[in-house]
Amino acid sequence: MGIVLVNGVEVEVADDERLNGIQAAARAGVEIPRYCWHPGLSVVASCRMCLVETGTRNAETGAISMMPKLVPACQTPAKAGTVFVTESETVKKARAMVEEDLLIDHPIDCPICDKAGECYLQDYHFEHGQKERRADIRPFTSRRRDLGPTVTLFVDRCVMCSRCVRFGREVAGTSELLVINRGSDEEIDVLPGFPLENKLSGNVVDLCPVGALGDKDFLYQQRVWFMKRHKQVCTHCATGCSIWTEENQDHVYRVRPRENPHVNQWWMCDIGRYGFHHVHDAARLVGAERRDGDQYAAIEFSEAIADLGPRFDAQAKQGRLAAVLSPFLTVEEAFLLAHWIRSRDADALMAVGPVPVEGEDERFKSGFTIRAERCPNRRGIEAIVRHPRGELASWEDVHSEAEAGRLSGVWITGGYPKPWVDDAAAAKLAGVPLVVVQDLFASPLWEIATYRLPGAAFAEREGSYVNVDHRLQAAEWAVRPPAGARVEGSVYWQLLGLPGMYKSRRVLDDLAATIGYFAPAAALVPETGVQLDASAAEASTAPLLASGS
Amino acid sequence: MAKFEPVLLANIDVPNSFTCAVYESRGGYQALRKAVGPMQPADVTEVVKTSGLRGRGGAGFPTGLKWTFLPKGHPGPIYMCINADESEPGTFNNRILMELDPHQVIEGVILSCYATRATTAYIYLRYEYPLCYERLQLAIDECYAAGYLGKNILGTDFALDIYLHRGAAAYICGEETGLIESLEGKRAWPRIKPPFPAVEGVFHKPTVVNNIETACCVTHIIDRGADWFKSIGVPADPNNPRDAGSYGPKLYCLSGHVNKPGCYEAPLGITLRQLIDEYGGGVWKGRRAKAAIPGGISMGLFTEAEFDTPLDFAGPGRVGCLGLGTAAVVVLDETVSIVDFLHNSCRFFAHESCGQCTPCREGTAWSLRMLNRIKAGKGRLKDLDLLLEIGDSIGIIPGTTICGLADGAAWPIKNAIRKFRSEFEEYIRSTNPAGYAVVDAVPALPVLAHH
Repeated sequence: MGIVLVNGVEVEVADDERLNGIQAAARAGVEIPRYCWHPGLSVVASCRMCLVETGTRNAETGAISMMPKLVPACQTPAKAGTVFVTESETVKKARAMVEEDLLIDHPIDCPICDKAGECYLQDYHFEHGQKERRADIRPFTSRRRDLGPTVTLFVDRCVMCSRCVRFGREVAGTSELLVINRGSDEEIDVLPGFPLENKLSGNVVDLCPVGALGDKDFLYQQRVWFMKRHKQVCTHCATGCSIWTEENQDHVYRVRPRENPHVNQWWMCDIGRYGFHHVHDAARLVGAERRDGDQYAAIEFSEAIADLGPRFDAQAKQGRLAAVLSPFLTVEEAFLLAHWIRSRDADALMAVGPVPVEGEDERFKSGFTIRAERCPNRRGIEAIVRHPRGELASWEDVHSEAEAGRLSGVWITGGYPKPWVDDAAAAKLAGVPLVVVQDLFASPLWEIATYRLPGAAFAEREGSYVNVDHRLQAAEWAVRPPAGARVEGSVYWQLLGLPGMYKSRRVLDDLAATIGYFAPAAALVPETGVQLDASAAEASTAPLLASGS
Repeated sequence: MAKFEPVLLANIDVPNSFTCAVYESRGGYQALRKAVGPMQPADVTEVVKTSGLRGRGGAGFPTGLKWTFLPKGHPGPIYMCINADESEPGTFNNRILMELDPHQVIEGVILSCYATRATTAYIYLRYEYPLCYERLQLAIDECYAAGYLGKNILGTDFALDIYLHRGAAAYICGEETGLIESLEGKRAWPRIKPPFPAVEGVFHKPTVVNNIETACCVTHIIDRGADWFKSIGVPADPNNPRDAGSYGPKLYCLSGHVNKPGCYEAPLGITLRQLIDEYGGGVWKGRRAKAAIPGGISMGLFTEAEFDTPLDFAGPGRVGCLGLGTAAVVVLDETVSIVDFLHNSCRFFAHESCGQCTPCREGTAWSLRMLNRIKAGKGRLKDLDLLLEIGDSIGIIPGTTICGLADGAAWPIKNAIRKFRSEFEEYIRSTNPAGYAVVDAVPALPVLAHH
């Protein structure tokens, strides 16, 4: 343990921490401005925005001796006895000079820049810049250059921090981006025939501290200050990256990675990043329906909910009930549905919905991995399915039970962003007298459903997912589902007759108390999630379902 | 003053001086025989350290000391990089050595490698020196044939390979870590230090980077001894513990407005005036000198009144210059406009800034833009203060950049304006009588293409 002095404030730094000046200062509540430094990339110390004064404090005498020149805080280790001064006149002058330098060739086209509102150049200039322009005024150019299918470069807005170049070399390992020319003529570019085309490409836009790299998907869609962001978990693969879902008035405009050292560090893949558009797909199912003979009649959700209890109770007497728990459900939702079905039929068949798999796991240079398993919650759902008997049934098991005529009622949850069930699969279930389907998009299954209950997409759900490494992460809902669709959890909440609004945290409390695997989630789940015990996943130690959620 | 007998340039007038046979006939490779085998590497280092040899490339860092920074007992490989990217304007001493006495260079490289236990040496040669390339390659080939390179040099188990690497003509490749990056096949962006090359250099291995002339000096130090070397030049100031002295002979590149420009060998500490008068035959056309660059354009300017300053490692600093640099003296006669000088200097550095650090990348281009405008008759007195502010704020001395190139870009600005301010003011007043006092921001002129 050592003491680092930041502007006279003592900060404790552990011996093995290897912090730099920026990180140590942050611990003292001091933000040191920077462009090129990023915790996930190598240190180049080239933007010179983080210049500070540094020195050492003698451990015995307490005397401080300062270095005669400025140093970049990003490159200066914060060790026991290190002293940082971040607000002296010399430092302020150096910052002002860097800001002035960066604006010499900058087009200052903030009104039409996507980055406006979250731009380091704007923020730092406001805070550290010169009062007036001293450089000669000249007509600005604002050239746009296509870098690849996802990213566009506004050449003249670039401050040459080289974050994007380093990302390509150090994290993605694809190295498409490079610096061309020299001196103030430097630009970011790609080589002819080698565009920026990799599954992590969108990250360079997040990394860009200014408006140089634009995300084609988000470009000119929304001013950032109108958006609110919500902590969510990406549902596109089993990695389960922590994400921010950014929306305005119930419309999602952008998904960005949320820092999580245990899961995705600072990154996410393009599949997840651009995979939110199904939320607003015009083909989304809306309006609950009940089948009467060959016809479907629109009903209110409340009416359906009132129906379903008695109907499932009646069917339970005719045979076995079943529930298909989709790996896109949150554990809370799956738990509620399983609880409800088992309350009607203690012998009900619980199955995990089909687990979509595409190709192989894709591992990048930094270790970031896109999983072939393209769903967020297989492990969480499996733990619920196993409880309490330790049996794990599959989608195919439901088919064979149905074909054997043993099922009298089945509740199927979907929520897949892509088509997931074909005619053959639906046909196998056609003989079941009561079929409830909750899903996002029409499918052959929708055609045989007795009750059609349009469900929610990831951005509309709240609750928790368990990723491939058995890490449970909680998500909050970002937007409301379209009129005529209901979040699955709220439907189960009402079915169970629970009071008030659906609250996933209350369900998680019960879940943690009921199933040993989820016990670590009993306390508050931190933003970075909580680690579950993988060895507890297959054990079924808990007693029968605790009643009364 | 007794005529100084050249040592480094002793062979250059001999016909076929670049061949191994001629070099050996004039005592070549005797130093090598003296060292490799009979002396331990540490002894060679010690001799060089005792001699007080300081790097000839520009910074003047003590060579022996630099070698001792290599990690002790490192399993290797250790690399030697010889900086022959001679690109400081006005400098051509390495070229003379490589073209006319390449074996002297090679012998020094072999000795340096022996001392540092380096097993591979790279000579990083600037692209514009094709004759140097041919003759060095010839010399290397001859050395392999003669057993001075390769395995079991002179019957010992010392092995060394030398590779010639041609750069692509960028000033920044003369900065030692820029050179290393370029050698590794990367963009020549100088590295942040620490780690210094001695700890982590080429291919992440301990590396020494030395100049061509430094290597030549090593040859003669081993041949003639440290005492001989120390007998030449200016001793260290006993009152200044940080002064390492300026020992040995030095190649001065004299160019500009003198009668006999050329590369001259003289003891360190000769004054600029002596150099011009005794070697250069005085200022040309019977004119008076106005100023001179003491050691390459990046070192700043001497005024005529400062010509009696000794050209040793400490001298130029005493009159506000950056240092001795490459000891490339460019004399400007009384007809030269300092405004033109600075304009040209800024154009060079704006072109050559590697573009890594913001203050240098933008500062050099900004100062060029201002000089363009001043030259076009639209200068303002206010510009001079701004130019000085740029000059004072860029470089490793204020700490705002990674490498020293920015200091080199700053010094001509600082020296020219501080030492010749009246000339700048007069120029601005006379060329822009209506607007010289304006303080508003002005439209910039189209930038001269500097590519």
